[in-house]
Amino acid sequence: MTPLAPTAAPHAWLARQSRWSWFEVVFWLATLLPFFLFPTYLTLASQVAIAALFAISVDLILGYAGIVTLGHALFFGLGAYTVGLLSARLGWGEPISGLLLAGAVAGLVGFVASYLIVRVQHLALIMVTLGLGFLAYELANAMTWLTGGTDGLRGVSMWQIVGTFRFDLWGYTAYTYSLIVLFLGFLVSRTIVNSSFGLALRGIRENVTRMPAIGSDHSWHLRKIYTISAALAGVAGGLLTQTTNTVGLDVLSFQRSADVVVMLILGGTGRLYGAILGAIIFLVARDQLAGVNPQYWYFWIGLLLMVVVLFMPKGILGFLAKLTGRRD
Amino acid sequence: MSNLVIVLFDGFAFGMLLFVLSVGLSVTLGMMNFINLAHGAFGMLGGYVTVLVMRQLGLPFIVALPAAFLAAAALSIVIERTLFRRLYRAGELNQVLFTIGIVFVATAVATYFFGTVQQPIRLPAWLRGTVEIGGIRFGTYRLFLIAIALAITALLVFGIERTRLGAQIRAAVDNQRVAQGLGLNVEQIFGITFALGSGLAGLGGALAIEIVGLDPSFAFHYLVYVLIVVSVGGLGSITGSFVGAALLGIGDVAGKYFVPEIGSFLIYLILVAVLLWRPLGLFGRR
Amino acid sequence: MKTKMMFATILAAGLSWSVHAGAQETVKIGVILPYSGPFADAANQLQAGIDLYIAKHGSEVAGKTIELVKKDTGGPAPDVAQRLAQELVVRDGVDIIAGFALTPEALGAAPIATEAQKLMVVMNAATSIVVEQSDYIVRTGVTIPQLNTAFGQWAFESGVKEAYTLVADYGPGHDAEKAFAAGFTEAGGTIVGADRTPVANPDFSAFVQRVRDANPEAVYIFVPGGAQPAAIGKALSDRGLAPPDTKIFAQGELTHPEALESMGDTAKGIITTYHYSLERDDPLNNEFREAYREANGGRSPDLFSIGGYDGMHLIYEALKKTEGDTSGDALIEAAKGMAWDSPRGPMSIDPETRDVVQTVYIREVQEVDGELQNVIIHEIPDVKDPLHGTQ
Repeated sequence: MTPLAPTAAPHAWLARQSRWSWFEVVFWLATLLPFFLFPTYLTLASQVAIAALFAISVDLILGYAGIVTLGHALFFGLGAYTVGLLSARLGWGEPISGLLLAGAVAGLVGFVASYLIVRVQHLALIMVTLGLGFLAYELANAMTWLTGGTDGLRGVSMWQIVGTFRFDLWGYTAYTYSLIVLFLGFLVSRTIVNSSFGLALRGIRENVTRMPAIGSDHSWHLRKIYTISAALAGVAGGLLTQTTNTVGLDVLSFQRSADVVVMLILGGTGRLYGAILGAIIFLVARDQLAGVNPQYWYFWIGLLLMVVVLFMPKGILGFLAKLTGRRD
Repeated sequence: MSNLVIVLFDGFAFGMLLFVLSVGLSVTLGMMNFINLAHGAFGMLGGYVTVLVMRQLGLPFIVALPAAFLAAAALSIVIERTLFRRLYRAGELNQVLFTIGIVFVATAVATYFFGTVQQPIRLPAWLRGTVEIGGIRFGTYRLFLIAIALAITALLVFGIERTRLGAQIRAAVDNQRVAQGLGLNVEQIFGITFALGSGLAGLGGALAIEIVGLDPSFAFHYLVYVLIVVSVGGLGSITGSFVGAALLGIGDVAGKYFVPEIGSFLIYLILVAVLLWRPLGLFGRR
Repeated sequence: MKTKMMFATILAAGLSWSVHAGAQETVKIGVILPYSGPFADAANQLQAGIDLYIAKHGSEVAGKTIELVKKDTGGPAPDVAQRLAQELVVRDGVDIIAGFALTPEALGAAPIATEAQKLMVVMNAATSIVVEQSDYIVRTGVTIPQLNTAFGQWAFESGVKEAYTLVADYGPGHDAEKAFAAGFTEAGGTIVGADRTPVANPDFSAFVQRVRDANPEAVYIFVPGGAQPAAIGKALSDRGLAPPDTKIFAQGELTHPEALESMGDTAKGIITTYHYSLERDDPLNNEFREAYREANGGRSPDLFSIGGYDGMHLIYEALKKTEGDTSGDALIEAAKGMAWDSPRGPMSIDPETRDVVQTVYIREVQEVDGELQNVIIHEIPDVKDPLHGTQ
């Protein structure tokens, strides 16, 4: 990351940062292409959108605040189970309120966990997040009476969105819905990172000891962004339950925590779009490679990761930005 | 009483297996801050070399162990020279991504050559069964594991404290830049340490077959255990890894014995509690 | 219901082009399995069973060519299985979905089978409830209660009055614990203790020591296949828990060939319940076993292989009966009540529940010609899943 150049008018700089470029407009228009070009890939597209939202939530803490996590599936899974239990145990399948509740539950737990997170750094930080993730997984497994255990929760059934749109087999509704939620989540995140709060976070990432010296309460900032990130991850998890009508223990798995970090680094951290691009590339590559060879697809994914690191050390988006001569 | 002894013994033996698997990562991470998530893959390599040596060449288990060590060490030198060396200054995220890529590739290669099946080995008769001491039956193989781990610890501690290479390694772990400034070739020292550590992982993989089995998911599965030992023990500390591994092994087995309801939580609870209490691990200094 | 019907009509209309676009004369079967990840071995063995059946019987049936489309779930992920099933139907235009080594996979895909009205052949996933999730599901593998309730009864009748259960802490383990205990206690036995081991459990010594302390007459064990059977087997013998002093009962995974090789003589006397016995001397089985070994580099078939093999048999026979009609309704009708001789022995599909009905074999590990084998000591014919209709 190149250090940000000092500026005489920080608010003007922030305003400039938050202006929409035509890159972005084109990008979001392109997300509509699957409807026309790949109508049989809409279910995959909705899963990509969900993974992208999850990756954005991780980018907020990893890319902007320097919190490396290997346990974010904890919040994803909380959201997924919140929506699932609401439907399977209480018979409430209304999607939008379900999502909000998923975000609220995950955010609340994230807020509590954030007190632990800000106490540790580096390897200890990674391992505490990993430990919390595993604890959540084992807890969900132990509470089989509530969660359905490894078999998954049965009896999840979503109502129509705003009473009109049914989740269909082709995935039209699922993709439209996921895309809208992704876009809203992105807007929130974009506003945050381009605010003075976002700037303070980057300051913490670059030099954690200097921030208190300029009067910035860094642990409060970290707790705040961690809570927001957890809530966003919870929304992504809830979305997965709603679009698939299933919840299994795998929503909490270490594999999911690791995959999302891989997607994010692959796309490029600290750019939001890197999270989306990483999710697209990882999942589409996985789908296509697994289609060709279901047994050995991960060989090629592994190779892809190695090549990206060797030739594009700032992720794919960082590489593209360099090619087009744009700065961060 | 005898129950307590046997539970402690079994837990300690399991911990010693974790120690052999993870000590190399602790030292290399402590020295170069190089996050090598592919450490478990070297363990897996050691395991498969053992299977090959015993089955294809028909050599005894005791010969297969050094072969596993050498194979993992040799391959790690090649990979360190050609690939890892480029990544020392690439930042931890890139190291994570790259080494996870290696785990994926290693898993696929293992599946291709050996299939997904479990690879059983037949231990020699003198390692099977149990030995009765004071009315308590101890597993012979577990005694053997403990003996090997203690021997390795003794060698490492002696090597680090008393030899020239050991002094260089200590200097490089304490402060890489100053060591470099004093004319030490830190990269070369690191290469040697790295090979040693990977070799030990290979040996650990070979020793692990009898206790936990071997299949292509080994590299990924045991990564988590290895990381827990390293972070609880503290980076760059052999004593730390030893104590951390023993603590986890005993905690795991004793927890499952006395409170089986929370047996699967216990190692993660220990992990989180220790790190919140001492973020650098039990014996970490930086 | 009305929306469902309407939707099915739209779907049928939408699908008609994809079916026509594919060659008229193929039957596409989507196979959903965990080809990668920790359960890859199960997928491998099951796929080998499918492949062997096709190799042996040709890929033509009822004038149509069988074509497989394989999809990888990577493990017990119901959301992934659901998406893959959906894609198989809308993108690949498959006629039948099959595979399903793990229960969560089957549970994830079941709603799609209902909605798209496709035959769904569950070749392994062994939880009782699986077949109840859709009217289009038929199972050719096994169910855990089927094996273990009968086994519990037999265990009591064989003279054991007290047993301790030790099962893996996940769905199948819980099922096995419940089923064995039900059979055993109904017959008059007592369960003196029950422990559950974490699914990814590397070291069993603590649990085995707990069993040792209780010093029961017998211990019943259920662990997933893979690394765990050998690990727990060795832990048992290290602690001196071995037949004939302590009887060891288990589901067949415990004594699969690789585990026997690793356990050695300490495995002698372990008694297991299974629906497929590798060494059962029967012309069909001998032929199956040898052909399988030849095609798979000497590897022996297991429960996954036989589930896949018989699953293909069911699909072939059902297609012959419908004369190539691939509609889900026609195929499921054809499958109901079907009976045949499999390498595992006689088996049939219960017309009521669409679940597998088969012989349960009780086997004991013995040395035969210098090799350890699971020798059949008792057979219980025509066993149904005892849980259907009771829940």
